[in-house]
Amino acid sequence: MSSNSIIPRPLAQLPWRLLLLVMAIGGFGLVILYSAAGGSMSPWAQSQGVRFLIFLVVAILLSRFRESFWQQLAFPAYGIILVLLTVVELVGVVGGGSQRWLDLGVIRLQPSELMKPCIVLAVARFYALLPPGETRSWTALWPTALLIGVPAALVMLQPDLGTALMIVAGGMTVAFLAGLPIRLFVGGALALAALLPIAFSMMHDYQRNRILIFLNPESDPLGTGYHISQSKIAIGSGGLFGKGFLNGTQSHLDYLPEGHTDFIFATMAEEWGLVGGLLLILAFMALIRWGIGVGIRAESRFAKLTAAGLATTIFFYVAINLMMVMGLAPVVGIPLPLVSFGGSAMMTVMICVGILMSLDRQPHQRGNFL
Amino acid sequence: MKRKSARVVTEASQSFSFTRRAMILSGAQIGLGALLAGRMGWLSIAQNERYRLLAESNRVNLTLIPPRRGWIVDRYGKPLAINRTDFRVDIIPDRMKDADRTIAMLRGLLGLSDDEIARIRTDLDHARGYQPVQVAENLDWERYAAVSVRLNELPGVAPARGYSRYYPAGAAVGHLIGYVGAASAEEYEESRNPLLITPGYKIGKDGIEKTMESVLAGKPGARRTEVTARGKLVRDLATRPDVSGKTLNLTIDAGMQEYAARRLGDQSGSIVVMDCETGELLTMASMPSFDPNSFSDGISQMEWGMLSQDDHVPLRNKVLKGLYPPGSTVKPMVALALMGAGIDPERTTTCTGQYRLGSGRFHCWKRGGHGTVNMAKGIYQSCDVYFYHFALEAGIDAIATMAHRLGLGESFPLPLPSQSYGTVPDTAWKKRKYDKPWQQYDTVNATIGQGYMLSNVLQLAVMASRIASGRAVMPTIVRKPLVTPAEHLPIPPEHLAYVRQAMSDVVNGPGTAGRARLPFPDIKVAGKTGTAQVRRITMAERAGGVRSNESLPWKFRDHGLFIAFAPIEKPRYAAAVIIEHGGGSGAAYPVARDVLTYAFDKAKALEVLDGLEKQWGGDIATRMAAKAAAYRAARSAPATPAPPPTPTPSPTTDAPDNPE
Repeated sequence: MSSNSIIPRPLAQLPWRLLLLVMAIGGFGLVILYSAAGGSMSPWAQSQGVRFLIFLVVAILLSRFRESFWQQLAFPAYGIILVLLTVVELVGVVGGGSQRWLDLGVIRLQPSELMKPCIVLAVARFYALLPPGETRSWTALWPTALLIGVPAALVMLQPDLGTALMIVAGGMTVAFLAGLPIRLFVGGALALAALLPIAFSMMHDYQRNRILIFLNPESDPLGTGYHISQSKIAIGSGGLFGKGFLNGTQSHLDYLPEGHTDFIFATMAEEWGLVGGLLLILAFMALIRWGIGVGIRAESRFAKLTAAGLATTIFFYVAINLMMVMGLAPVVGIPLPLVSFGGSAMMTVMICVGILMSLDRQPHQRGNFL
Repeated sequence: MKRKSARVVTEASQSFSFTRRAMILSGAQIGLGALLAGRMGWLSIAQNERYRLLAESNRVNLTLIPPRRGWIVDRYGKPLAINRTDFRVDIIPDRMKDADRTIAMLRGLLGLSDDEIARIRTDLDHARGYQPVQVAENLDWERYAAVSVRLNELPGVAPARGYSRYYPAGAAVGHLIGYVGAASAEEYEESRNPLLITPGYKIGKDGIEKTMESVLAGKPGARRTEVTARGKLVRDLATRPDVSGKTLNLTIDAGMQEYAARRLGDQSGSIVVMDCETGELLTMASMPSFDPNSFSDGISQMEWGMLSQDDHVPLRNKVLKGLYPPGSTVKPMVALALMGAGIDPERTTTCTGQYRLGSGRFHCWKRGGHGTVNMAKGIYQSCDVYFYHFALEAGIDAIATMAHRLGLGESFPLPLPSQSYGTVPDTAWKKRKYDKPWQQYDTVNATIGQGYMLSNVLQLAVMASRIASGRAVMPTIVRKPLVTPAEHLPIPPEHLAYVRQAMSDVVNGPGTAGRARLPFPDIKVAGKTGTAQVRRITMAERAGGVRSNESLPWKFRDHGLFIAFAPIEKPRYAAAVIIEHGGGSGAAYPVARDVLTYAFDKAKALEVLDGLEKQWGGDIATRMAAKAAAYRAARSAPATPAPPPTPTPSPTTDAPDNPE
């Protein structure tokens, strides 16, 4: 603290360009929520704004931790979340029906959400510990498969296909980056394609319906296909510059379901048009590229794998949500992070951003907590 | 045990591999990002038009305002079909909260029957969104007001003022004008026009109402409102007013039409009167008929049963769909054909009451025979033997050509649903139809309008018009501002003059229809009688004496026909009448006489009619009501045996001519 600058050093050290980017995305989200409520701060924009600020502070706090903290946290955190997932499953069995969260009194904790960044940490930790020579051996494979498979299976049982897929994808991304033979991924992809019909037959009716309707949304324009149809109408009717702020009819007249949560991108696109949509996509791409860049710049193997893995987790959020909203993927219930109303996805992504900022600071680390 | 890897993985190579794979990953992410951007561009630029329309059709709810139907008026502007204000109550399903409670309340307020409640429930089950469902229409003010004042307890119930169709002349115009009704499911499926399922909207179902639908219907207006997905009204947008249907001006003379319908009485028959210079149809009456007013309000099962079981077929338009052997009414036409074939009208033959052809014998209606007969006498005395003899000389094809020239066997371009145009047989026709050569006895039958010969009443009226005017008049029913006379027929005027004189003698000379004379000293009518036999007279019966029509059941009596035109000097009106099973032409020509009297002196004609209606038991509406009451009584007491059918009192007092 020997600087004579008028700005306190910890503040000046913050990666402001990144924070401004995150705040821009979050701020735009608030603007959309304001419009989605018919030009009102309540019920969504205000509480979302408060939540955003809290998580931003959390992210900045997380960025003060050292890399070693994350290394040591990886496996214990993974274990705890796995226990929580099991508890949720048991509560669900007892309560009868599907349950995804634990009511802790203060907040409703959704362990599957926390598993998304945690799987990255755990798999990265595993490969960081693995001697380089073992990378292309059997030893490099089965623990990872176990690390990914157990939580994914638990989440599938909830049942939450979207989250399960994201856990698998996050873990596999790290495995890919760790240098596992390409043929494993190609072979895996082929095996998956072969297993799809079997998986389809084991799905719940509502999941199967979603996929069928995704393939042909017009087959059921007033039922389950309604979401996709109305979302496409909202995006398509926006045109190049949109209908103007507060002028969206699809969202304001309630034709677009979930216009403030999963389908918020459609709400935005209707009023801001292609221009708004491209800006938002570019902003997310910049955030994700920064995350990958953190990985490439990092020195330790753990930091490299974690950073690229977390960046890809954010990417999965954005990509799956946008594909769903634009009718390129079935409705799986993944929100657009930082923009959609709701705390879970925001929390996950802010944790990712926080850890990424922490890893980014490692070469010139000063003033860390641990 | 560890399989030796192809590559030795070191920390350095691992770091290099990571960088390379991270670049691949990053590239894939950018690729997917570009795909998403491209997809969004496709949706919002290339498909913008489509989705904008879809968003608009989501947002805007279109409520159609049914247009007012155009009036139908007669040649003098007298209304034949108009609209009356009526009160109705609908339900808008999506705005209704408690269906059972609402229906129960409406039942009490409007006095709905169980059938109606069941119908409303079915309609509600099939209703979608804001498409109103009809509860009741044609309500009186009291019941309408009773619902209107309780609207706050009845969410979703919409009382409305609408229009219902009214036909002042009632049954007299039933077949001609037709009626309106709600579109059927098939009609809606065909056009998918949402107007058709708007409660209270009716389309033409028969007659002029159906064929002139495009003129009468008008264009619907539209009330555009912005609504939420749940149907809540946000605000009103622009409203396009409806365009009423056009008034349709017919050539019909409403007064004469009604008079003719009344004059037909309880008989099953029809009459056509037309202007023989212009072809404008003045009257097309077919009786008995139905009341188009009750059809337009939705006819009851009872009423339908009564109409469809009646042996006088009130549901058939006899003017266009009734085909009859024209009988002797074709004789003036045959006479023209004979003259056209070069036969001198003064040549004679001897009628002994029968005509031998090969081994067969053909009878004249007059058993004793007419003695020496020339063409004029052949017409006014309706001598069959004269025509047998000379028709065989001229041949059937000459007669058939003339028949077509005068309108028999023709269908006319009239805006009326389905005309049956009958048959004018000739050699080619028989070959085509039965693959048999034409025989002489076929000619003999055809020449007195029997055998294969069939025509409708309109054709007979056209034939009378063409003989009267010598012009190729075409019948019209929609009034045109400018009417040009039709072209002259390729028939020598002296032939026409000869036939007209003979037709005048039918009525005013030594002919068969002396009682058809008009009650005016200065206006004379010309005509021709006809009787169409509907049963075969056996040799045995002929030997023992042909049974009189009065002794036969109604169904076996002869049809009576008459064609006429007046005044003789300068023909203006032509008419054709048929009375089914009237027992002979004596049933037909008094009707023609009285209707033509009406054309010249309304008061005089109405005086006669009033006298007749007193005998018959009131005017059309009164008699129909009495008949309905009797039918209802008979149905409610099925145990008592049905009374023997009383023969229709024949109004004929004239001596019937009976040509066979």
